[in-house]
Amino acid sequence: MSEDFNDNKTIQAQSSETISGEGVRGVAPDKDYVRPAEVADQDLYHGHSFITKWIFCQDAKVIGVQYFLLATFTGIIGLILSWLMRLQLGFPGAAGFMTAEHYYQFVTMHGMIMVVYFLTALFLGGFGNYLIPLMVGARDMVFPYVNMVSFWMFFVAVGVLLASFFVPGGPTGSGWTLYPPQAILEGTPGSGMGIILMCVSLILFVAGFTMGGLNYLITVLQARTRGMTLMRMPLTVWGIFTATVLAMLAFPALLVSALMMTLDKVLATSFFMPTILKAGEVLEYGGGTPILFQHLFWFFGHPEVYIVALPAFGIVSDLISVHSRKNIFGYRMMVWAIVIIGALSFFVWAHHMYVSGMHPWFGFFFATTTLIIAVPTAMKVYNWILTLWKGNIRLNTVMLWCLGFIVTFVNGGITGIFLGNVTVDVPLSDTYFVVAHFHMVMGIAPLMVIMGAVYHWFPLVAGRMLSEKLGKLHFWITFLGAYSIYFPMHYLGFIGVPRRYFEMYNSPYITSAVGVNEFISMAAFLVGAAQFILIYNIIVSLRMGKPAGKNPWQANSLEWLTPTVPPEHGNWGDKLPVIHRWPYDYSVPGAKDDFIPQTTPPSEVAGTEVEKT
Amino acid sequence: MHVGFIFLAVIVGSVLFHIFTPWYWTDIASNWGSMDDTITLTFWVGGGVFVAVCLFMVYCIFKFSYKEGRKAEYKPEDKKLERILTWATTLGVAALLAPGLIVWNQYINVPKNAIDIDVMAWQWGWQYRLPGEDGKLGSTKVENINDNNPFGIILEDINGKDDVLIQSDVLHLKNNRPVKILLRSVDVLHNWYVPQFRAKMDAVPGTITYYWFEPNKVGEYEVLCAEYCGVGHYGMRGRVFVKSEQDYEKWYQEQETFSDLVAKQEEIEFSGTKLVKNNLND
Ligand code: HEM
Ligand SMILES: [Cu+2]
Ligand SMILES: [Cu+2]
Repeated sequence: MSEDFNDNKTIQAQSSETISGEGVRGVAPDKDYVRPAEVADQDLYHGHSFITKWIFCQDAKVIGVQYFLLATFTGIIGLILSWLMRLQLGFPGAAGFMTAEHYYQFVTMHGMIMVVYFLTALFLGGFGNYLIPLMVGARDMVFPYVNMVSFWMFFVAVGVLLASFFVPGGPTGSGWTLYPPQAILEGTPGSGMGIILMCVSLILFVAGFTMGGLNYLITVLQARTRGMTLMRMPLTVWGIFTATVLAMLAFPALLVSALMMTLDKVLATSFFMPTILKAGEVLEYGGGTPILFQHLFWFFGHPEVYIVALPAFGIVSDLISVHSRKNIFGYRMMVWAIVIIGALSFFVWAHHMYVSGMHPWFGFFFATTTLIIAVPTAMKVYNWILTLWKGNIRLNTVMLWCLGFIVTFVNGGITGIFLGNVTVDVPLSDTYFVVAHFHMVMGIAPLMVIMGAVYHWFPLVAGRMLSEKLGKLHFWITFLGAYSIYFPMHYLGFIGVPRRYFEMYNSPYITSAVGVNEFISMAAFLVGAAQFILIYNIIVSLRMGKPAGKNPWQANSLEWLTPTVPPEHGNWGDKLPVIHRWPYDYSVPGAKDDFIPQTTPPSEVAGTEVEKT
Repeated sequence: MHVGFIFLAVIVGSVLFHIFTPWYWTDIASNWGSMDDTITLTFWVGGGVFVAVCLFMVYCIFKFSYKEGRKAEYKPEDKKLERILTWATTLGVAALLAPGLIVWNQYINVPKNAIDIDVMAWQWGWQYRLPGEDGKLGSTKVENINDNNPFGIILEDINGKDDVLIQSDVLHLKNNRPVKILLRSVDVLHNWYVPQFRAKMDAVPGTITYYWFEPNKVGEYEVLCAEYCGVGHYGMRGRVFVKSEQDYEKWYQEQETFSDLVAKQEEIEFSGTKLVKNNLND
């Protein structure tokens, strides 16, 4: 094979060389030439029974849908928990069963579910599995069996997590940050079985996730089809790829901290436990430090923010480009921004710890690194709006979600600059300003992208369109509602209301905010309820939606170019596609249509002013 | 076109809300006005960027929404524009960072004349210790804490003898005199936070953390715990009275010192009766 390859090279030039018109050794260049494949076509295991086809399935697309459904299910649990919390905060005592114990358990489970079991699983497990092989032109993930195991590990992890609701003492109520010593001492709800199950569940999640993650990485690096150079990959793939690299490096920190805390709990080791006096007695711990846990946790926790954000960045770039009928502005800058943000995200973790009691000099370092990250992030924002500039913008549901994303993301990004800038953080940290900030930037903004992505790719997965009318209704309620939940919430932080407060009592500057709290709760109920519009839309459209046909959005990227819609196992029928260009050739001057799919060879669009990619 | 109008309304609404909000800073009562200033600066710069980006977006919605047959521009890159934007952003970010770092430097360097105050936290309460005549606090140890030694002061430490012990969650401070809050916890993380003073820091078991401020308004303030510490977190309050120098001194003289406490206990043990307590009060 390698011999063939070398022979070929001497005779024919690569596509990028030919486009610039230089043949090698005087042989007439073939305009449409693409390097031959370096590895043989993948052999796939085809399931035959119902169980191997739909349950223990090895097809990345089915695994993606499985991840999507399970993550959505846990997300709905997280949503219901948030309703219960908002009920308590807006109308204290309205739910009779709501004790402080329950409140803290709900905060914890809500936070952990939303960040890890919902968003991370959905973006990487869901979209990653479905889209990576299709977008890079592979038949499947490189290790389909491991991929299947990955999902089932996630399934078990969710099971263990939910089981903790039913053990004595209930689930842990230590906050999603699980800070010791409090997490494993009496005085915190669920400090017995609850916290142990949480740690076990996280360990399982990380193990399962690593199996999936290795798949995504190696598939992107090794299984791209002919002509799919790295710089021709859609930004979606870049975002998911970089996020997976981060996950591979960050999750081990979570794994060891969960492990060490389990040991502190079960075997009474003292990794994180100093000498402690409880109820008049000195406990058998001594010598450890709680701040070590915080460093480990945030060494995972901050990259985690970007594990959620980078796929969202990538996906939203593609959606904006397709629906503006315009190439993404500054593709190369976008790729480098993703990579740089990813790398820098490992040097900013302690901005969550400015007032943790770590050495105060760290403040200078981490404030500086944190604000540096703002630069590539801002560049991405500029490039999104510059993509809209002089575009031909379809104001459909997908685009609305993208616009909603831009507004909420910029808003949350700006408040991030408040909190990253040490001194500004001092009065605001641990108040509702923080709650508002992170919901805006890593709750609502990525959620907007997920919704946009659902409306965009549903026709591919199901072969039918979702209803635009319901979609727009869903969007406006969600966007306006969520914005009115979180925008005013910042101001509660200014008043000084601390986060994780079950009840405010009658502090004078807190009672002044009763009205806002009621308003926020009402908005939260409405937004939560609006999500059922989507579920309804999906159920109805699955049966009665308008058939999508091939490539309904007239997109360029590969996932829309499969021989069948929805794509079948193996994706590409007999022959793998061959790639001739990047996925952003929209509205090319001189071209007949306003899009040129990635598989279109140069000879078919001769006479256009397409840029070399 | 209604889409553009709704987004426009969201942006205008945000700005109006910010201008007219009845919910904003609780009036400041310490020297950290510089923190408020950095926040205000960040609001101007950040708010400006937010409004500019969103307005640009709204303009695009109005100007470039879909028309059959119109073709979008094809322009993959604009190196010059990207460079200008990068440098402008870098500059803006640096302008925000610099004051942040300067104020942080003040925050972590305590003035010489600050009074040390030991703030001891547990689930779920506070108590305080002030230095005696010597101006120094004695060192402490968790293992030493018991009914006779509620602060766990190391008995051999001379500095501890005249420490003023306040076994209640109400602290009194002298107006216009910097204090260094020395935080410790005997069990889990806590955080001694008074919104009007702006400053905060976690109390971490196993170590002593600190921050400082100078109260500058006589009055009564509520202490809130600002680091989650278990089910009692939301109820873990305390109070601070900032007093004029005279009132403060008067209050200070009435407080019990560690030696008083030890003497009292020896007395109790010696006589075996609590009646003695009355004699001690003069
Ligand atoms: C409309 C939807 C949502 C509502 C109404 C909501 C509401 C809340 C509430 C009331 C709290 C507790 C605040 C406190 O007492 O300190 C909270 C905490 C939290 N939420 Fe959400 N939330 C929503 C969606 C999300 C999403 C999508 C995420 C994903 C990132 C998320 C992540 C978190 C986290 C990480 C916490 C912190 C938990 C902790 O303090 O330990 N939330 N949310
Ligand atoms: Cu962070
Ligand atoms: Cu607390």
